[in-house]
Amino acid sequence: MKGDAAPSLKILPLRRTSAINHFLSSTPVSVFIYCLIVSCILYSSFRGAQSMGYNWQWYQIPKYIYSYTDEGFQFGELMLGLWTTITLSFTAFFLALIIGFWVALLRLSGLFIGTKIAICFLEFVRNVPLLVLVYLFYYVLGPVFKYDRYTASILCLAVYHSALISEILRAGINAVVQGQWEAAKSIGMSKMQTYIYIILPQSVRFLLPPMTGEVVHMVKSSAIVSVIAVAELTTLGQNIISDTYMAFEIWFTIAIIYMIVIMILSIGASQVEKRYTVTN
Amino acid sequence: MSIESPIIKFQNVDKFYGEFQALKDISIEVQPSERMVICGPSGSGKSTLIRCINGLENHNYGQIIVNGIELFEGSKELIRLRQEIGMVFQQFNLFPHLTVLENLTIGPIKVRKISKVQAEIVARKYLDRVHIPEQAEKYPSELSGGQQQRVAIARSLCMESKILLFDEPTSALDPEMINEVLDVMVELADTGMTMVCVTHEMGFARKVADTMVFMDEGRIIEVAPPDKFFSKPDSVRCREFLDQILEH
Repeated sequence: MKGDAAPSLKILPLRRTSAINHFLSSTPVSVFIYCLIVSCILYSSFRGAQSMGYNWQWYQIPKYIYSYTDEGFQFGELMLGLWTTITLSFTAFFLALIIGFWVALLRLSGLFIGTKIAICFLEFVRNVPLLVLVYLFYYVLGPVFKYDRYTASILCLAVYHSALISEILRAGINAVVQGQWEAAKSIGMSKMQTYIYIILPQSVRFLLPPMTGEVVHMVKSSAIVSVIAVAELTTLGQNIISDTYMAFEIWFTIAIIYMIVIMILSIGASQVEKRYTVTN
Repeated sequence: MSIESPIIKFQNVDKFYGEFQALKDISIEVQPSERMVICGPSGSGKSTLIRCINGLENHNYGQIIVNGIELFEGSKELIRLRQEIGMVFQQFNLFPHLTVLENLTIGPIKVRKISKVQAEIVARKYLDRVHIPEQAEKYPSELSGGQQQRVAIARSLCMESKILLFDEPTSALDPEMINEVLDVMVELADTGMTMVCVTHEMGFARKVADTMVFMDEGRIIEVAPPDKFFSKPDSVRCREFLDQILEH
């Protein structure tokens, strides 16, 4: 074994690059580089806008976020859009959880037909682009089942994400050791009771990280329903732009609003995650 | 023992895992209050046998009747029957997300629909019986292996079962913890509980067993009371096996 150790010491060049890496990854240097890159992007877009004679109107933006008039405080259009985005995303997520749970159960049921149905569903949803799914739910299923665009968008997002969620659930359920099933069975629990009291509570810590990823993904992919003109953040942004031609300001603002919302969600998620790792 | 009908009865039971036959033509009876110890080399089918008793494994041929109920795959009675059969596993299988007390009460509360207060009184009684009343509020991961196994025993007792099954309860324990678990099992044996125990602890077997069973390659080779079993077993294989494990 000692003979093996000697050649590994010869990898000196690596150590040199790692010194550079060390320098580059130190906090002040990376903050500097980050600021440099961001300011480059901002500057070039600003210059680009200048050269095409873009008329910046940042002062117009606040009124789309909130206004304070004689009638009191009021949320602007973008905030109303954000509210729709949030309610839409969370309703769809809740629905997706329910569908995903049943699909996962079907998949794990061990019943031949159940497994096949679940796999067909998963393959269909996963191999169709989300945009096509939106059109399908609004232009095809909408008239057939007579629901409005808001319902169509919720159903579409829920179905799309339920496929991903069911896979996450399945992985989380499988991650709980077999002995837990046997112990629960041996004290006379039914399959449902075992899921509710024994398996799912233990799956939570396997599920939370990818699930929070799904919530974030859901909020982001909810923007796509702007193609069927559901009045959420992106749609309202488009509407404002077509009225005012402030494309740069509005898109920047919308990007920042999405970013803030998603960062808050991520922070909340990591808090929950911490709490669940402690007990185990 | 008595003229009562057997509480567990296997009749010509076969069990396959794919091509592999784990149980071959098993016929055996356990009377109420009987204490049976099953031993044999690893892979001899003793765990499979004991897991068939509460339907954790389904047999393929033959008949298994436990507490007057015939077992078959997908039986609706199985869930009710399992309430009458406690099982202690090699790997303890405590619920890690619940405290010791919750581990003991979840079965009675959710399955037997007993009130929480009542269930906790029972649970504390049995924690006392396994000599760890002070650990009630802890999580399983905070306990030693021996303590965890005693909690697992208490969990089976809390269901007020008629039959207790032990599947190598001391095999996963550090040597110094084996005795604390065996002591509890000996005390249990004295209460007149029906026990079926897969174990290699021959000292324990000698002390409590009414019947010794030796299995090899999926067959029951020898069934005898302990005096005869340890002194002059009929089969050669059983003799060899005993020589091997009693050497130390």
